[in-house]
Amino acid sequence: MSTTAAGAGPQATPAGVGGFDADGPYRISGSVSVRPESFGALVYDFHTRRLSFLKTRMLVRVVESLADHRDVHGALEAAEVPAHQREQYLKALAGLARAGTIKPREDAP
Amino acid sequence: MKLVDHFVEGLTSPICLTWELTYACNLSCVHCLSSSGRRDPDELSTDEAKAVIDELQRMQVFYVNIGGGEPTVRSDFWELLDYAIAHDVGVKFSTNGVKLDEARAAQLAATDYVDVQISLDGATAEVNDHVRGPGSYATAIRAMENLYEAGFGQFKISVVVTRHNVDQLDDFKAIADRYGAQLRITRFRPSGRGADSWDELHPTREQQRQLYDWLVARGEDVLTGDSFFHLSAFGEELPGLNLCGAGRVVCLIDPVGDVYACPFAIHEQFLAGNVRSEGGFRTVWQESELFAELRGPQSGGACTKCSHYDACQGGCMAAKFFTGLPLDGPDPECVLGNGERELAKLEMAGALEPGVIPKPSLDHSHRTAPREGGPVPLTLSVRRPDRACDSDPLAGEGTRLPAGIRVG
Repeated sequence: MSTTAAGAGPQATPAGVGGFDADGPYRISGSVSVRPESFGALVYDFHTRRLSFLKTRMLVRVVESLADHRDVHGALEAAEVPAHQREQYLKALAGLARAGTIKPREDAP
Repeated sequence: MKLVDHFVEGLTSPICLTWELTYACNLSCVHCLSSSGRRDPDELSTDEAKAVIDELQRMQVFYVNIGGGEPTVRSDFWELLDYAIAHDVGVKFSTNGVKLDEARAAQLAATDYVDVQISLDGATAEVNDHVRGPGSYATAIRAMENLYEAGFGQFKISVVVTRHNVDQLDDFKAIADRYGAQLRITRFRPSGRGADSWDELHPTREQQRQLYDWLVARGEDVLTGDSFFHLSAFGEELPGLNLCGAGRVVCLIDPVGDVYACPFAIHEQFLAGNVRSEGGFRTVWQESELFAELRGPQSGGACTKCSHYDACQGGCMAAKFFTGLPLDGPDPECVLGNGERELAKLEMAGALEPGVIPKPSLDHSHRTAPREGGPVPLTLSVRRPDRACDSDPLAGEGTRLPAGIRVG
């Protein structure tokens, strides 16, 4: 089992690295399962066998609602992520994109 | 609250669930954690096992570590494997390789979400077979060849580190590289028959240091099941979860459906319930008193005064329990030697006499003592061997007596 912690931590990948584009539409990868926990959620990718963690419930809401929004900003807006935390959340999401947990979506609504 | 603190308090479902499908095994490894050998007649049926899988799917247990005994000797093993995968429960199974012929290897290569772990406890037949039994090295290597030839991809080679194989870590890595496999090394515990072989097989203090140094230097691509956290007291923390996960993120479902806090703790003191009881596995995991206790604050005893306590957290519960140490005492392999000193004290006080140290609650070992009862009908040769050293009963062409006749 390999584990990674995705969260709003200092170790998260900077936004923009790995081709993450917050102006584009995203979704959770098809091979990924999200299990709610008190702190946020456990995320398991059946394809890569990687277990990772969403460290806040707000991040879980953002990740789960990505598919309903035209871009990442829309999902942050809908989850009511405070403006001063947006940068941290974008970094966390860029990390998730790099790990393949979330993927760009072709079918923008 | 740090992420690790949530783990301490337990999760809604286990992260690492071991499910031993059967106590039956073709081998009799001297360090078997579950004292396996003979099938338990009360083993979960195929339907009961499928009901457990349904429950695991509902609980979003992403994958199970299936073991035994030798899980592949269950005739419904392949059926249960397919059922689990079809129900979003990935499977990683441990095997000695006995059933992994070319056809099964090809079948596995064509199956998604299955990981295979071949057990190997020596990089040479000599070291391996001493622990796992004659021929077991050849069986494991043949299974690896079959997986490799079938294009399975990266399977795992699972090694229990012992006094005899700790010098072979580089050789294990070379074997793994040869077959495109990943090396996984885990800690030997005095559980099951491991209690009987502990004194002979557990690494010495010098070897613990050697193992730690190897993990730091070469362990990057090597899996450990986070089982060497007691070595973190040597210096830097090893990667992974550096605490005992028993009942918190780890548990065991045994072949008869009993749920224990950890695969290395098959003892009634660590028995939380049974999946056959009302409410099933979910209720055991979420509501058992034992697990609630394990998720609560733990007393580290004298260890809490040690400057390394944060690193090792007092070590392995099962290792303490089955060597006779108190659960709030040091690990028997404490790198500072506290475990050895404590064991010496207990021995002086007569607290380690046979019968005092807890024994595993179950023993399914093959019976090796002679059977009681009447004569066993045998066909015996009455011809002298051709030469004194021809003790093989098939040597020469002995005249045979009909079955059932006793000689002497």
